[in-house]
Amino acid sequence: MTATAPRITPELVAEHGLKPDEYARFLELIGREPTITELGIVSAMWNEHCSYKSSRLHLKGLPTSAPWVIQGPGENAGVIDIGDGDAIAFKMESHNHPSYIEPYQGATTGVGGILRDVFTMGARPIAALNALRFGSPDHPKTRHLVSGVVAGIGGYGNSFGVPTVGGSVGFHTRYDGNILVNAMAVGLAKTDGIFYAAAAGVGNPIVYLGSKTGRDGIHGATMASAEFDANSDEKRPTVQVGDPFAEKLLLEACLELMQTDSVIAIQDMGAAGLTCSAVEMGAKGNLGVELILDNVPCREEGMSAYEMMLSESQERMLMVLKPEKREEAEAIFRKWGLDFAVVGYTTDTLRFVVKHHGETVADLPIKELGDEAPLYDRPHISNAFQPTIDPASVAAPVDNATALARLLATPDMCSKRWVWEQYDHLILGNTVQKPGGDAAIVRIEDGPKGVALTTDVTPRYCEADPVQGGRQAVAEAWRNITAVGGLPLAITDNLNFGNPEKPDVMGQFVGCLKGIGEACLALDFPVVSGNVSLYNETQGRSILPTPTIGGVGLLDDVTLHATVALRQAGDVLAVIGDTTGWIGQSVYLRDICGREEGAPPPVDLAVERRNGDFVRGLIRSGKVTTVHDCSDGGLAVAVAEMAMAGDIGVSFDTLPADIPAHAFLFGEDQARYVIAADAATIDAVAAEAKAAGVPFRKLGVAGGDAVNIPGETPAKVADLRNGHDNWLPNYMAGEIDHP
Amino acid sequence: MKAAVVTFPGSNRERDIARALKHASGVAPAMVWHAETDLPAGTDLVVLPGGFSYGDYLRCGAIAARSNIMAAVQAHAARGGLVLGVCNGFQILCEAQLLPGVLMRNDRLRFMCKRQNLRVERTDTAFTHRYAQGQVIDVCIAHGEGNWTADADAVARIEDKGLVAFRYCDANGVVSPETNCNGSVNSIAGIYSEKRNVLGMMPHPENLIDALVGGTDGRGLFESLASRMAA
Repeated sequence: MTATAPRITPELVAEHGLKPDEYARFLELIGREPTITELGIVSAMWNEHCSYKSSRLHLKGLPTSAPWVIQGPGENAGVIDIGDGDAIAFKMESHNHPSYIEPYQGATTGVGGILRDVFTMGARPIAALNALRFGSPDHPKTRHLVSGVVAGIGGYGNSFGVPTVGGSVGFHTRYDGNILVNAMAVGLAKTDGIFYAAAAGVGNPIVYLGSKTGRDGIHGATMASAEFDANSDEKRPTVQVGDPFAEKLLLEACLELMQTDSVIAIQDMGAAGLTCSAVEMGAKGNLGVELILDNVPCREEGMSAYEMMLSESQERMLMVLKPEKREEAEAIFRKWGLDFAVVGYTTDTLRFVVKHHGETVADLPIKELGDEAPLYDRPHISNAFQPTIDPASVAAPVDNATALARLLATPDMCSKRWVWEQYDHLILGNTVQKPGGDAAIVRIEDGPKGVALTTDVTPRYCEADPVQGGRQAVAEAWRNITAVGGLPLAITDNLNFGNPEKPDVMGQFVGCLKGIGEACLALDFPVVSGNVSLYNETQGRSILPTPTIGGVGLLDDVTLHATVALRQAGDVLAVIGDTTGWIGQSVYLRDICGREEGAPPPVDLAVERRNGDFVRGLIRSGKVTTVHDCSDGGLAVAVAEMAMAGDIGVSFDTLPADIPAHAFLFGEDQARYVIAADAATIDAVAAEAKAAGVPFRKLGVAGGDAVNIPGETPAKVADLRNGHDNWLPNYMAGEIDHP
Repeated sequence: MKAAVVTFPGSNRERDIARALKHASGVAPAMVWHAETDLPAGTDLVVLPGGFSYGDYLRCGAIAARSNIMAAVQAHAARGGLVLGVCNGFQILCEAQLLPGVLMRNDRLRFMCKRQNLRVERTDTAFTHRYAQGQVIDVCIAHGEGNWTADADAVARIEDKGLVAFRYCDANGVVSPETNCNGSVNSIAGIYSEKRNVLGMMPHPENLIDALVGGTDGRGLFESLASRMAA
């Protein structure tokens, strides 16, 4: 190291986020004091984000295989087989902390990172989704954060040229200091054209592609400047800046290069940039790697080895190329105006060697950087379960029609059109179901196949009962795919939690994962990729546990699908699945009664499967084309959404006598779907349901211009829609703070 | 039919428009890289597709308007050849001064992607003869900078000579401030050159060619072009 190299003090170690015992482990591993570059490398490899040190133990329990799974967790993205030589690569990832600091750039780089993960696998992105959680609408930063995040997601995806077809937006005071920005990307590949990260062959060139390396996003950079370089006091941004234009070029260049049989391995430079990507390629291939940093294309003068190894500049890739193809590959990248530089080669030493200005600045055992990362079995306590709330004990504070109108105009339940109209959801011309349905449907090229896509989680259920909440998140994704006619195939999970060093938070994590695993197993819906985001906590208060599930399903014939809109007066509505009036943790209890309490609805996975398979059969046989998942807000909200979408009223039949009316209408029992069809079809469905042992109940009939609940003033569909559509635009315009 | 679609770095609806052209004519268009200096021999129609050429950095379309291929596009237009610019393509045509005016930021200051009705203002052109006079078509917009404006003389000239191709309207063809989705002068969604061989428009007819994917009202434009060139 040069004369300016700082001494490795305990303070410096602590500033790199390494605990004393972790540093001791590292010293033992290398048998000497590390250089500053080595300290930087190990801090990046052993932080929570890269090493999964708190979560790894529990992630192992998730089901990750099925006959249609081509690639499970551990690669840039998961890959599933959808038949005919086609494969879908997909993953979801969080960009929570950066998005709170700088919402526009935080969101753009989140989208950029996940798109890169997908096209690294050789897949052209065909859809993007997201799941967003913001603080209370009356928190002073919320409007600014919503505005910036939505503009950022749109700004990146729209320019890159991928349709953003689905997502969810929710608000809760527990996200006041920690918003969630989870971005999902879905790409289409050929099963024989999938690319992996594992390097192969000794002496093959390692090539750096894409944008130049700058000082952005350097981890722990706040401490570094004075000690590294006494003359330098530049501000080093820790939030990176996204460049969707560069990413679009990188996409086209990579896919063009992948056609030429040049690529041995490819890895996106995401978190911890060059460090993580180079180590992973080597370690996965059982090879060593030698990097020569003098060849790294830099945006700034005088970058140190430490800075280059930890930079998180965006829109960069690392590839191992066949040596004889180097010129052909370089020509493709030059055509697209992108940097192309040989920055190293593979070795047989199993060492990670980094050279700069002729000096060796790092020389570490490559496998151990990953394999020997700390692994924690953190203490966890199972969270106190809340009591089941007897629906009869909850009095209705207002009549049901009023409650319905109010619920439809709450921040969580209102239309999110204001958001998704800022996303180009129509580009590529395959969006069969745009945002606003249960799941998005994207046709595969010219059909007839399509994929159904959704993101789901109900954080208040997870908080009240992590196991049931984890199950419900998976079941909800499965149900939304089913409700459009898709066969659910696999999920990606984005696990957002608070500080894992707190036993109650760790208990939420362990509980949710247990529930997720049970549901994946029971529903044949394995996890193929994912991301863990911990420490979402401000001033000792953690977020609601939010394990977002991104689901992918298959439609063999995209013309046979269902939508939520009622089609014609006279159609009969019915609910598939049992209604008990489960009021605990319902949005009715929270937003109408002001009580955020009780046990969440239990999820019976066998019943989920039975009911869902029945409904999917109705759609796939063409019998029923109007279906809506029944979730937040229960039957009344589901029916009202169908009425608003179809611009037709509904008259409910006489409500059952054995359940309080508001519990029947707004309870959130799981495994339910509302369907509509002409009377003869509904009678036939009733008979089929009876034969299959599936609960079936007629709800009412479509017609008129209002939602009629027996004995109450009709609620005009136009008035419901007015409240539903206008809350968010009015809020964002600053005209209201809260309903 | 000989059509050529120019791809600039950052174009992203080139595949969509190529698909629409192929759908209407049965022939896939030539894809021409921006760095080329010549169009394929015998090209009848040049299409500048939607997207974010050069990332929309500097000013939408400004850098692309100075690409190598644009000299050939200028010459093609001067010869009376057909040129269609959609969205970013319209912005490029304005920046290249093949069409008057400029596309400013939407008056709502946000990117907008939604369905939008357009009124077809004339049907005696190569682009619109398959539509009916005054027909309302339901297509979509997807842009952040679609707010067309020009100086008063240029607007008057365009209106006097009937060079407005489409206006934003409601389902009944009524044009009003409420239906003007981006603040364009006179609700203008698309304009012709004086010889009506160049059309620039912000909406995306290429995404409305399929009943399963929203509707077929965009087909008329591509079928108009295909039949004119087949003749």
